[in-house]
Amino acid sequence: MNARSAAPIVSLALLAALAACTNFYEVAIETPISPKMDVSAFNRVLVAGFIAGGTDDVDANLETVRLLRSQLRSKSSMRVIEAEVLPLAEIAAEQSKTPSNAGDIAAVPQLGAADPPLPQGQPQAPPQQAQPQLAVPQQPAPEHENKIRTQKDLEKFQGIFSDVAFWKKIGEEYQNPLIVTGTVLFVPHQVNGFVTRNQEVYDNLGRRSVVPVRAYMERKGFILSPTFIFIDGRTGETLYKEQVSQDVLYNSQQNTPALSSYFELMDQLIPSFLGTLSTQKIRGTRVLLR
Amino acid sequence: MLFRALVAAAMLTVLSSPAYADARSSARQQTDFGIKVAQNGLWKEATYWWEKAVKLDPTYAAAWNNLGIGYEQQGRFGDARQAYEKAIALDPKNALIRENYDQFKEINERSKRRTDR
Repeated sequence: MNARSAAPIVSLALLAALAACTNFYEVAIETPISPKMDVSAFNRVLVAGFIAGGTDDVDANLETVRLLRSQLRSKSSMRVIEAEVLPLAEIAAEQSKTPSNAGDIAAVPQLGAADPPLPQGQPQAPPQQAQPQLAVPQQPAPEHENKIRTQKDLEKFQGIFSDVAFWKKIGEEYQNPLIVTGTVLFVPHQVNGFVTRNQEVYDNLGRRSVVPVRAYMERKGFILSPTFIFIDGRTGETLYKEQVSQDVLYNSQQNTPALSSYFELMDQLIPSFLGTLSTQKIRGTRVLLR
Repeated sequence: MLFRALVAAAMLTVLSSPAYADARSSARQQTDFGIKVAQNGLWKEATYWWEKAVKLDPTYAAAWNNLGIGYEQQGRFGDARQAYEKAIALDPKNALIRENYDQFKEINERSKRRTDR
């Protein structure tokens, strides 16, 4: 046996000895975290719509409803009701103009009762005959009045979430599901200032090192602040409310579309939303000992 | 002083006795088997073996630590906390047990915050 053939044998023997002496094993575990609210009474969920505001580049109401429905379809045991997205801001604005009608049956739109498609060429019935209850404002308010830009603007519409009769009516229409609604504010923001970032530097001998460098930067991005409200479709009462917020900043030269940023931020907030309705598993590692 | 010396002598006698060695050896076998099944994802079965191990030798810190992990994996947070705390009490200088316990506490606190809301 020469030195070359002995080397692998010695290494193997050392490895075997090391394995025999190992007193700990790192293992992956998944810790189950119970849902924030008990939804066992519901087997159907209706993501009704959101009062949305902020940038005009993204229809935050429509996108949020689509995204939450698709997430619930794949990650929750409840059946997701497909229905038209509720124009909640318009309904709330209408209700605030006529407070006596708040919760009135006539003010509740027929959400999912999408009309069967008409044969081609057949004249469509006038809207007031097809959906007489739809509570879209008859005369649209001036544009500046409808714009929701800040949290303060959103506050004006909060009353609709406590309108028990309104939500109960919607619940009745869909056989008493869990109703998901709320507000979504998606606003651009800009931050200028000094930031510290790591920079690679090479000395005269070509050795690489990383040093922190402070530099003035103009950065722009978005803040996404949704409030998820869970309403009992049987009673119209709010069961749970959660407000979350997330922001992202990019270099000012980077041109990121608003919709991409919206999805990037929503990706980070979705686990919290899903954790309200279903058990979430937190992955981690632990060390088993001998 | 004399009392302490007597206690130490008594503990030494107990720990070096064949009965204790047998208990530790058996507990170690159960623990090793538990580790093997846990590595295959069979956490309930692993927990069963570690429960047996701590019954055989209640002073075996490693088995209590593993039991804590087993309970944690099954969402039995109260049992997990007790098991980890027992492991730390038996082997307070073991950094690995402390690390497991710290990670468990972080998740447990998060879970509590959710239910308290």
